[in-house]
Amino acid sequence: MANIIFILPEIFISLSAMFLLIFGVFKKNSSATVYILAIITLIISLILIINSQTNHEIYLFNNSYKIDQLSNLMKIIAIISGIFFMLSSYDYTKLTNLSNVEYSTLILCSILGMLVMISSYDLIVFYIGLELQSLPLYVLAAFNRNKIQSSEAGLKYFVLSALSSGILLYGCSLLYGFSGSTNFYTISQNIYSHETKNVFGLVFILVGLAFKISAVPFHMWAPDVYEGSPTSVTLFFAMVPKVAALTVFIRFLYVPFVNLIDQWQAIIIFLSLSSMIFGAVAAIGQKNLKRLIAYSSIGHMGYALAGLAVGTNSGIQNSIIYICIYLIMNLGIFCCLFMMKRNGKFFDNLEDLSGLSKNHPVISLSLLILLFSLAGIPPMAGFFAKFYVFMSVIEKSMYFLAIVGLISTVVSAFYYLKIIKIIYFDEPKEKYDNVNFIGVKISLTLSTLLILLYFVYPSGLINLISKINII
Amino acid sequence: MNFPFLSSLILLPLIGSFFILITKPGKNTNNKSAKYVALFTSFSNFIISIYIWYIFDPHIFDFQFVENKSWINGFINYKVGIDGISILFIILTTLISPLCIISVNNTVTNKLKEFLIAILVMESLMIGVFCSLDLVIFYLFFEGGLIPMFLIIGIWGGSRRVYSAFKFFLFTLLGSVLMLVAIISIFWINGTTDIVELYKTGIHVKYQYLLWLAFFSSFAVKTPMWPVHTWLPDAHVEAPTAGSVLLAAILLKMAGYGFIRFSIGLFPVASEYFIPLIYFLSLVAIVYTSFVALMQDDMKKLIAYSSVAHMGYVTLGIFTMTQQGLEGSIVQMISHGLVSAALFLCVGVVYERMHSRLIASYGGIVSIMPRYAVLFMIFTLAAIGLPGTSGFIGEFLILMGAFKKSIIVATIATLGVILGAAYMLWLYKRVIFGKLNNIELIKMLDLNKSETFILVSLAIPTLVFGFYPEPLLNTIEVSINNLIDTYNYQISLIE
Repeated sequence: MANIIFILPEIFISLSAMFLLIFGVFKKNSSATVYILAIITLIISLILIINSQTNHEIYLFNNSYKIDQLSNLMKIIAIISGIFFMLSSYDYTKLTNLSNVEYSTLILCSILGMLVMISSYDLIVFYIGLELQSLPLYVLAAFNRNKIQSSEAGLKYFVLSALSSGILLYGCSLLYGFSGSTNFYTISQNIYSHETKNVFGLVFILVGLAFKISAVPFHMWAPDVYEGSPTSVTLFFAMVPKVAALTVFIRFLYVPFVNLIDQWQAIIIFLSLSSMIFGAVAAIGQKNLKRLIAYSSIGHMGYALAGLAVGTNSGIQNSIIYICIYLIMNLGIFCCLFMMKRNGKFFDNLEDLSGLSKNHPVISLSLLILLFSLAGIPPMAGFFAKFYVFMSVIEKSMYFLAIVGLISTVVSAFYYLKIIKIIYFDEPKEKYDNVNFIGVKISLTLSTLLILLYFVYPSGLINLISKINII
Repeated sequence: MNFPFLSSLILLPLIGSFFILITKPGKNTNNKSAKYVALFTSFSNFIISIYIWYIFDPHIFDFQFVENKSWINGFINYKVGIDGISILFIILTTLISPLCIISVNNTVTNKLKEFLIAILVMESLMIGVFCSLDLVIFYLFFEGGLIPMFLIIGIWGGSRRVYSAFKFFLFTLLGSVLMLVAIISIFWINGTTDIVELYKTGIHVKYQYLLWLAFFSSFAVKTPMWPVHTWLPDAHVEAPTAGSVLLAAILLKMAGYGFIRFSIGLFPVASEYFIPLIYFLSLVAIVYTSFVALMQDDMKKLIAYSSVAHMGYVTLGIFTMTQQGLEGSIVQMISHGLVSAALFLCVGVVYERMHSRLIASYGGIVSIMPRYAVLFMIFTLAAIGLPGTSGFIGEFLILMGAFKKSIIVATIATLGVILGAAYMLWLYKRVIFGKLNNIELIKMLDLNKSETFILVSLAIPTLVFGFYPEPLLNTIEVSINNLIDTYNYQISLIE
């Protein structure tokens, strides 16, 4: 029972989610209260996780649940990004009538599922976590019932995601059949040869996971879902599930499949290369900002995977750093979207940004910094993220991956520059409302400053992440 | 020597731009105060850099004013320092920047605050490039410069500004990413990116060729060398005057500096191997772009092409690997920095009055703008390389170095001098002399005080260094000798 402290955050979130649901049912017009209580829940669970920090590896529930540095850190990242997501989208959800009780509780459930995923050390626990994470996301994608695209996004996401879950589950069952266990560690002990059957299980699982992080060629759903969903939900898609999916990726590659590294390395390199190239090229023609962000996120996932493909500790650490910086940049971009409001309507097309610098110099400056950072131009944080990843890639002499990756950053720089061109060089349009969204402003200021001033003290993040030792 | 002179040179413009940022937007009075802040910071930077030159000891070949702080744990240190070569470029930067800010008076009307910030950030990044002693730090400053320059061209540029800004940005970025790969590779090959350490240990010969090519791809675009020079005329033509000045005077010099510091310093064997390539490209640049310049009807474009030709001399001189050639290249870069800046400012002066850059719309200006005609004459002659101007010293030394290596190369390069005289004098003749055909020209006023001040302060060093180049040559001599000695030593090791 002494170990219960390590799973307290998960227990707390689940209890709180259930409580909030009931609270919302019995109390009328309580959506704002529930929203704030949900934020508080996340903050408390964050404190609980930090409180249960340990240097040991703890196994719970018959070795099916693992607490270590990786899981702790990723949970902290996931919850912090969850908190900032809720803070920044508060006003947006209120103004678009999204924020009813279910919205907040669904997000809590989804985050709970992610925490379970991050800690899972067993195929069944992993799958439960995955489904707990995904089911609320389907509902959230379709949350704007008045908009047909939103329903379409929800349905599309549901059907495709169910298919990929099926493939994943099939892989799990194969793996169980060949190794005789669902425990990650036992699987790694039993699967060590490069027999075709083992590779089958590997490929099925990787396909399922690649779908979750929208790596090419399993990316089809991302643009439509990103565009159709309400903007706040898109932000959620773009931030929090990535953390969980990346952790699961790391876990799968480096625990059950650690002996098959020659097999999966080629697959990951392919996923990484194709995502980088496709993300860069396909985004060029986009006219909708959310759709463009979807393609850019595909590209960015490619860079994060490049770090995983290396197969070294520093590669994993640098992927995590990449994701962290990417989350901050994404948060900032979406905060700017939340502020583009005129006469009660929000805008998300590229041309709506035209000449923004004239009327809204501060938002434009933040966007400028964030976009240059996304493009990976020094001295913004985005450059360092890429720099670290390619540092690991070149350490293992994977020059092809590095050169193709860097050249696709040049291609992707083109569309980021195109946005900057629209903001700064084009003729101004009508002014947007002067909004007074505290949460958005805090998030935007914080993310912009972190991105801009990262170069002053780059060691901080590295020191934090360097505690993670997988291999 | 504990005071961090170089870091303060880098930081001061940033602090200045922060103060400009917090001045309230809008009113005229505030724009004035923003301008004073910008002028004050850039001018005090100039004073500091002159002071550094004064206390700089030219007899030591080691790096001076070195600052070394741990930056990214276990990987990279923040290391800056200067030798005889970099100090001159830093002074060029700090001299040109305040002049740019003064020239803003007349050219930039909208978003003055942002423009000043961009110039100051640019200044700080350019100083950073010239004094960084770590490859990653160098890359950071080198690439960071793209952001302000992109904005300067794109926001305040001419009609085709978007195209030019994109072309400038993407060309340079594409060249540079390969350099990034090379820098990271060097880290894994040698375990450090510290330039001083790398000079000592040297890089294994089998890696040198590819690494050299990667660095070359970046510097060749930035120089710019034929055939990747096409971004330069576009960028120059569309950029506002101050942007063109910064671009011509300093940005192009980053690449020349990079060739000296990195290509030759780090990869001597590969440099020796690729000399024919450089000679070929430089000669094409000198002769071909001179012909192209001859045919231009746009003044800015003509000067831009002449820049390509002049940088061709620089690369030629650097890779003669003789003392004369290298010294000549550096003098040529400094001189071109002063002269091309002045020429762009001269074009800016008439452009503001007439809003035309076409040569055909001018003629006979000498009778209405005598002061302008005199100053323009000085810079035209300096661009040609007439004895008595700094341009002559540079070209003469470069050709001397080239003759030592190969008579054919030197002969072809000399052809460029004649062509240079042809297009510059023809330009001067068509703009300044001749009949006053265009009636509207009569309304043009001669140079006002600030314009005269800018052009005179560029003319003085051009003439002084033309007659008495000793201060320049003294400063770089020891560093150049040291560079050549290490180069020859490394080559001899292979043989």
